[in-house]
Amino acid sequence: MKFLPFIFANLFRKKIRTVLTVGSFAVALFLFGLLFVVRGAFTGGVDIAGADRLVTINRTSIIQPLPLSYRDRLLKIPGVKQVTFANWFGGVYQDERNFFPQFAVDTDTMHQMFPELLISDDQWRAFVADREGAVVGENTAKRFGWKIGDRIPIRGTFIPGIWEFNVRAIYHGTRPADDTTQFWFHWKYFDERKPFGKGFVGWYTIRIDNPDRAVEIIKTIDQEFANSPWETKTDTEKAFAAGWVKQFGNIQFLILTIGGVVFFTLLLVTGNTMAIAVRERIGELAVLKAIGYSDGFVLRLILAESLMVAAVGGVLGMFLAKLFTLAGDPTRGLLPFFYLPAGAIAGGIATALAVGIIAGMLPAVSAMRLRVVDALRRV
Amino acid sequence: MVRVDGNGNSSLICVRGLDKKYQRGSEEIHVLQGLNLNVEKGEFVAFMGPSGSGKTTLLNLLGGVDVPTRGSITVAGDEITHMSRSKLTEWRARHVGFVFQVFNLIPVLTAYQNVELPLLLTKLNKAERKTHVETALGVVGLTDRMHHYPRQLSGGQEQRVAIARAIVSDPTFLLCDEPTGDLDRKSADEIMNLIERLVAEYGKTVLMVTHDPLVAKRAHTTLHLEKGALVEAAGKEVAAS
Repeated sequence: MKFLPFIFANLFRKKIRTVLTVGSFAVALFLFGLLFVVRGAFTGGVDIAGADRLVTINRTSIIQPLPLSYRDRLLKIPGVKQVTFANWFGGVYQDERNFFPQFAVDTDTMHQMFPELLISDDQWRAFVADREGAVVGENTAKRFGWKIGDRIPIRGTFIPGIWEFNVRAIYHGTRPADDTTQFWFHWKYFDERKPFGKGFVGWYTIRIDNPDRAVEIIKTIDQEFANSPWETKTDTEKAFAAGWVKQFGNIQFLILTIGGVVFFTLLLVTGNTMAIAVRERIGELAVLKAIGYSDGFVLRLILAESLMVAAVGGVLGMFLAKLFTLAGDPTRGLLPFFYLPAGAIAGGIATALAVGIIAGMLPAVSAMRLRVVDALRRV
Repeated sequence: MVRVDGNGNSSLICVRGLDKKYQRGSEEIHVLQGLNLNVEKGEFVAFMGPSGSGKTTLLNLLGGVDVPTRGSITVAGDEITHMSRSKLTEWRARHVGFVFQVFNLIPVLTAYQNVELPLLLTKLNKAERKTHVETALGVVGLTDRMHHYPRQLSGGQEQRVAIARAIVSDPTFLLCDEPTGDLDRKSADEIMNLIERLVAEYGKTVLMVTHDPLVAKRAHTTLHLEKGALVEAAGKEVAAS
């Protein structure tokens, strides 16, 4: 602690250089924070998927339907506790840019299948009672300023016509990564109005009694419908969500590549700054050693300065990224959630500190190896 | 009494058969050759000689910042020539006070903080360090400038701060390498008055390198180095070989 004033004094000897280096860290960490948020928006569903839920789709493709009659057969399979189903709607509210996911859902089972999405009992009852009722996620409700009782016109795409819905309920997530952008309405209403494919659903979501038996149950389900006109493909909800994300490309790889380039550049910038800082102070470092400071102390001094820059820049960058996410999703709800978790903040700061240590290591080692006699001769 | 004849093993500083060679390419340069020296506690010795005669090298060896090719240096009973690098660093902190020609103060620290630097290596607490620093700055007459940065001080004042830094931990002896080399005559006189006071009033042992005969005259003893050997000794109490 008694050396802190010395470390600060050294950092502030070239104020502009220190501010610019701290700024580099802050910008890099801000970018890292945003990349993490975008990654989370794509992969968050995978992370929070229910361990005891399976998803069954048509073996050919998710856009191919499955018969509603499968529901009862699914319920008879040992280990299956509960079954719900839904259809993708893909309507447009006012403008195509106002995207949010819309699903026709089974009002009898949907709520029980996803208890992590909170809806008050009164609102749920009002939704069930109204054939044109809709449940809206709080993010979408906020985005368009919808309130309970509002009438929402949505233009169908693959099922033409204007569909009007009454907002009867608004659901909330229980975890930051819960998707609160969805819009649900009655599957029966959807099935009655569509001119084709009646009695078919988009996919089934199945709750099983024991997640450890998931592999066995998945096999049983797919065997049950093998060699039928509508063969199935069942996965855990996690695997299904991961497969969905893959359709957008390898998000993880993109994030890692961009993040890697950013941090490598930061490493070079900081390493260069620290090398210059050491070169300018060779005489001073020699004097410190002459008066009794050890080689190890000099090493730690340079590393401490590098770490201090990294810590201040890292904390500042992550703070700004958090502030940015708190201000709301700039895509106006296109991303299912826009959230920077505490783990990512800690990870970002830890990465910044690691960059600080690595960047400071080479100059610190050269300062440590400095021979007093040689250095004093250069003064 | 300073002796250069190889006798007097009970002296504070005892140098025997000191050799220092450097390799420059294929050429071997003998900087010091078989040097013997004894310095007693409380003595003030000046080393003079032409450039390249080995004065600064001798000072560096005595201060433990360089190691000899051959020979031994014993200070207050400690043989320093075979100490490891880390042991030598610890030894320097306890025994040697350095005063350089170009002052070598840390520009981002105040006079107080510069003087406090050697004490940060000790177990003294903040209050004890403060007492020591104020005392050292008092000795050099700069108590009123303790919160000034080096750039706010004159050359003479900077060197006084450097002397305060050298004496604050009460080292066994002071090594001064051209302490007046960067100063005008008036400031140089002030610095030499101060060094004389340190010897006379505080009993400090001082070894000084200088080119200036007027400065050298202030020492008890002046030793001349030429081509790495003590060729002539002048002064009041010298027993030369």
